[in-house]
Amino acid sequence: MSLIYPKDSLSAYPAHLSPGYKSTVKRSPSKALIVVPHTLSELTGPVFGHDAIQDGDNDLTRQHKGEPLGERIVVHGRVLDEDKRPVPNALVELWQANACGRYVHNVDQHPAPLDPNFTGAGRTVTDSDGHYKFITVKPGAYPWGNHHNAWRPNHIHFSVFGHSFLTRLVTQMYFPGDPLFPFDPIFNSVTDEKARLRMVSSFDLENTVPDWALCFRFDIVLRGREQTPLDTDEH
Amino acid sequence: MSEITPSQTVGPFFAYGLTPKGRCDWDPNGSYSWKETVGSDLVTPDATGQKIRIEGQIFDGDGKAINDAMIEIWQADAQGRYAHARDNRALPNTQFKGFGRSATDKAGVYAFDTIKPGAVPGPDGKTQAPHIVVCIFSRGMLRQVYTRLYFADEAGNAADPILALVPADRRATLMAHKVAGDGIPLYRFDVRVQGDNETVFFDI
Ligand SMILES: [Fe+2]
Repeated sequence: MSLIYPKDSLSAYPAHLSPGYKSTVKRSPSKALIVVPHTLSELTGPVFGHDAIQDGDNDLTRQHKGEPLGERIVVHGRVLDEDKRPVPNALVELWQANACGRYVHNVDQHPAPLDPNFTGAGRTVTDSDGHYKFITVKPGAYPWGNHHNAWRPNHIHFSVFGHSFLTRLVTQMYFPGDPLFPFDPIFNSVTDEKARLRMVSSFDLENTVPDWALCFRFDIVLRGREQTPLDTDEH
Repeated sequence: MSEITPSQTVGPFFAYGLTPKGRCDWDPNGSYSWKETVGSDLVTPDATGQKIRIEGQIFDGDGKAINDAMIEIWQADAQGRYAHARDNRALPNTQFKGFGRSATDKAGVYAFDTIKPGAVPGPDGKTQAPHIVVCIFSRGMLRQVYTRLYFADEAGNAADPILALVPADRRATLMAHKVAGDGIPLYRFDVRVQGDNETVFFDI
């Protein structure tokens, strides 16, 4: 398999500068990015095995003495390439606020309680079918200082590796029907509606566990598709 | 039409998930121990070549150090080979992975311990000078930026096919300079995200 990474795919991404999200104003390049070919240095990337993780790393409700408070949920899905083939052995890491909207991080000053039974970090590696699964609690919304009465929609942060360093993705998973969507400049930095909705998980009744936990499905599509004879942009 | 999942910012709170043993003082009580998957020390017992340390700061458009960035590096071994199936040359350093991750600390400083990479194959049969691919994430960045670290003391830079595509007056932003030579050489590589002397970022 020889994958190529067309730059058109990046049209789904937010612009580096998105002034509605104020912190981008001083943290975005002001000069044009330099176009260069993809060399062996970009077409390769870190490879992970199951030794990267330990049993239970994907269950955020079992990392402490007791169970965390909040609504227990299952979050699962597949990591795919642009041809919708599974990406196996992909390291998937996540981190999130607790059910009250508070992060275990000393910079987080939101006056909501910490939960001694919840840290909010997990990781796993996709199976041969590109599938991953986490058990966690639904994160709460939280305020932030971007503008007056700014609140982040409920979200889980994801970090994903794929077939090369070009497929590296850090994103956020949202929950369906969140009333905060229209007001969040980070969510709306993705200007194409279809692309934006790809960050929203779907409620998965089929995999909801009776008497135990709701399930949400979040498929992640990384850059990369099969090279065809017409493609000449790879070096 | 693109069908990929869009990028979103890594935000300010990634440290306990992604760089738990890192430079960020994220856990005042030390109550949580989380095995680090990827750290800032790339050196493995079987890695041959010159051990080096790379250190630098990341600055925003006001020249202020960014204290909540994450920097990831990807590099070849000392023989110029990548630990990846697409590089099908035989690898003697089977443990050397060539991938590292560092958070910046309160002063915006990141650091890596690694092996100086060798020259690697480039486009059209050319050779690329020793370099490290650098990827930066931060609060205020909705998507990562990619740059490259080259070594200022490498003669091969003059013939590097990627540096040749960078305007001559901006190439200096990609150069790491040796600032200490006793024992393990220390290379300094600062990144300016925006403004005067802005680091070259690549559209890849
Ligand atoms: Fe967040």
